[in-house]
Amino acid sequence: MNEVLSGAAKLSSSFLAIIVFFALILVVFFIGSRFRGRLQSPAALVIFLGPAVILLLIGLVVPAIRTTAGSFQNAAGTEFIGAANYLWIFENKVPVLVNTLLWLVIAPLASTALGLTLALLLDRMRRESVAKSLIFMPMAISFVGAGIIWGLIYEYRDPSKAQVGLLSQLAMWVGIDDPPNWILWSPFNNYLLMAIMIWIQVGFAMVVLSAAIKAIPGDVVEAAELDGATGWKLFSRVTIPMIRATLIVVLVTIMIAVLKIFDIVRVMTNGNFGTQVVANEMYAQAFVQFDVGRGSALAVVLFVAVVPLIIYNVVQLRKERSIR
Amino acid sequence: MTALKRRRGAALIASGAAAMMLLAACGGDSSSETTAEETAAETAAETAAETAAEGDGAVAAGCEAYAAYAGSEGTSVSIFTSILPPEQQKFEEAWAEFESCTGIDIVYEGSDQFEAQLPTRIAGGNAPDIAFIPQPGLLAKLVEGGGPVPAPESVVANVDSYWNPAWKSYGTVGDTFYAAPLGSNMKSFVWYSPKKFAEWGFEVPTTWEDMFAISDAMVDAGVKPWCGGIESGGATGWAATDWLEQIMLRMYGGETYDKWVSNELKFNSPEVTAAMDTLASWMKNPDYVNGGFGNVQTIATTAFQDAGGPILAGECGMLQQASFYGNFWVNFNPDATVAPDGDAYAFYLPAMNDDVAQPVVGGGEFVAAFANRPEVAAVQTFLASPEFATAKVKLGTWVSANSGVPLDAYVPGSIDQLSAQYLTDLSGTFRFDASDLMPAAVGAGAEWTEMTAWFAEDKSTKDVLDAIQAAWPAS
Repeated sequence: MNEVLSGAAKLSSSFLAIIVFFALILVVFFIGSRFRGRLQSPAALVIFLGPAVILLLIGLVVPAIRTTAGSFQNAAGTEFIGAANYLWIFENKVPVLVNTLLWLVIAPLASTALGLTLALLLDRMRRESVAKSLIFMPMAISFVGAGIIWGLIYEYRDPSKAQVGLLSQLAMWVGIDDPPNWILWSPFNNYLLMAIMIWIQVGFAMVVLSAAIKAIPGDVVEAAELDGATGWKLFSRVTIPMIRATLIVVLVTIMIAVLKIFDIVRVMTNGNFGTQVVANEMYAQAFVQFDVGRGSALAVVLFVAVVPLIIYNVVQLRKERSIR
Repeated sequence: MTALKRRRGAALIASGAAAMMLLAACGGDSSSETTAEETAAETAAETAAETAAEGDGAVAAGCEAYAAYAGSEGTSVSIFTSILPPEQQKFEEAWAEFESCTGIDIVYEGSDQFEAQLPTRIAGGNAPDIAFIPQPGLLAKLVEGGGPVPAPESVVANVDSYWNPAWKSYGTVGDTFYAAPLGSNMKSFVWYSPKKFAEWGFEVPTTWEDMFAISDAMVDAGVKPWCGGIESGGATGWAATDWLEQIMLRMYGGETYDKWVSNELKFNSPEVTAAMDTLASWMKNPDYVNGGFGNVQTIATTAFQDAGGPILAGECGMLQQASFYGNFWVNFNPDATVAPDGDAYAFYLPAMNDDVAQPVVGGGEFVAAFANRPEVAAVQTFLASPEFATAKVKLGTWVSANSGVPLDAYVPGSIDQLSAQYLTDLSGTFRFDASDLMPAAVGAGAEWTEMTAWFAEDKSTKDVLDAIQAAWPAS
């Protein structure tokens, strides 16, 4: 009874909040519309840009500055300790950086290549949409859910016992009598984790690339075919150059997702067995061991690594837009 | 003109949406404030009514036991805790009589964000009267920030007479005693299947040597005597730290254990190395583990929740785990019974060294107060009394280390009763879970990951201990 009441109270108070908010906005706009002449354009600027700038400041700029400042402080954030946190990263956490780099190179390339292959194979196939939907479906599964599903696939049991994990059973069927404990199988366990990421991202790459392929004007392909281009030549000389910009956007988008990869590693290994990546290490330092300094330093490293990719992505998108 | 209008409209919607998100974020706060105000108003009304009803302060019939707490009629004490329903109802039921007899209204507030909210509330001048602190480390941190008030004499008296002295030290920061223990749990258990033991013809061991004689006999009979799992998501490795703690306490006793916790005894010292070697001959012994799962390495990838499963099937003999593991057996088999003659039960992990009397590793929460009003002291004293603990125990699934609680208040043959039997021994060697007491960088960091690597990658004992010691924050 109480819960229902408090639920209703919450609902009505949030309605009230929305109404008050709209009233406020209307007042601001009304005041804005009063400005005439010289003041009109600066007033419009403030009213239109203001909310976005304030939100950006609160949500992005201030935290970024605070994190950067925190990365030069000690665990409790009470003392300035110079670059010690960064030195600690480069002294102790090189394997973590290497793993993240491996992820960054392999997972996006594999996802994009697989996605492109599937897009080409499925193009104009019968029931194309059904096949595509099935391949796209993992995209709808959260990383955590995917981690749990794949955890069952990689599950290890003694070869003399009934197997639980699909991968071990498959290995035994093809004649590998003593399959390894996959998750412990360093360094290959890293690739097994990447497989999950690829499984999720292939659908995204396929759908976007397939749309780009379909957008290639028919007369271009026809002209190339008239000139005698077929198969591989048609693909490498016509298709690829025509979808180059999309390919790069897909690649970079997946790269950014991979840099932040956290959920899969956390669920599958928690960074144990030589599979740690920067984002999970950052979480562990900041929120499990409460070392805000080291956590912040790792966050900054991640941020610095993502920035060039984002800039590149934006530049590419702009170029593409100006061509069209 | 129309274009301009349309643009204005779009901007209106966009900025509206953005600010709505902000408001939604703030909305939660304002609604919870309302509830707090309502509660306050409600309490005030009740208080007025009660004050009117109370007469000259004579003790009402049936309230004789609460005479010592009288004198605070019409007051209210707020309690903030991480303990949520359905446990909340049991607490409220256990002190209902106290409330009606003393006229003190206890306002219970549980939150799953307790550890994050408590410091904020203290800093904001909105501290609760009493908080149930889940571990000593947090108490020390709070005292450092100047929140808790020292426990009144009456609480000290209760703790002195009913608890093992170690408990008092965990409620003490510096030289001041702040917090009396409340609930507790027992980690020094070995789970086994009484039915399988009877079938195999084994008796429950009472000495460390017996336990390993049985282990060897199981090996001869073709059964892996031990199973274990330390996988626990973001906390993978904690179960292994518990094993090391059991051995540390059993080999060296309480004082050395305390030095280990404070790093006076280094993590890579010969003493800890010897304890690790003992652990290696037990849980890293390929003849002994990992029953039902495979080789030693599988300990690192087996979830601690799953580790006991093979015991019911007779594929594994024993599992070292805490008292709470009693709730897990129904996950393996819905019909599994937890009883001295059932499918699963526990025995006390035996002592190793005659000089260390009945070593027990455990945990529990503590009652800290943030106000020294008489009614707060009355509630604190009552919570530390055997009367409260007995009433709470009788409501089930709760253990108190208060030795004033008669053992027959527990369900006969239950794990709770068995836990209480060891926890209430005033001459036993009780110690708190060490990894909970160590700095988070060690107890929730390096010790977890390094112990996991010790099992998973067979990282050398020396490298593991050096790495844990290196992670100890310089202070």
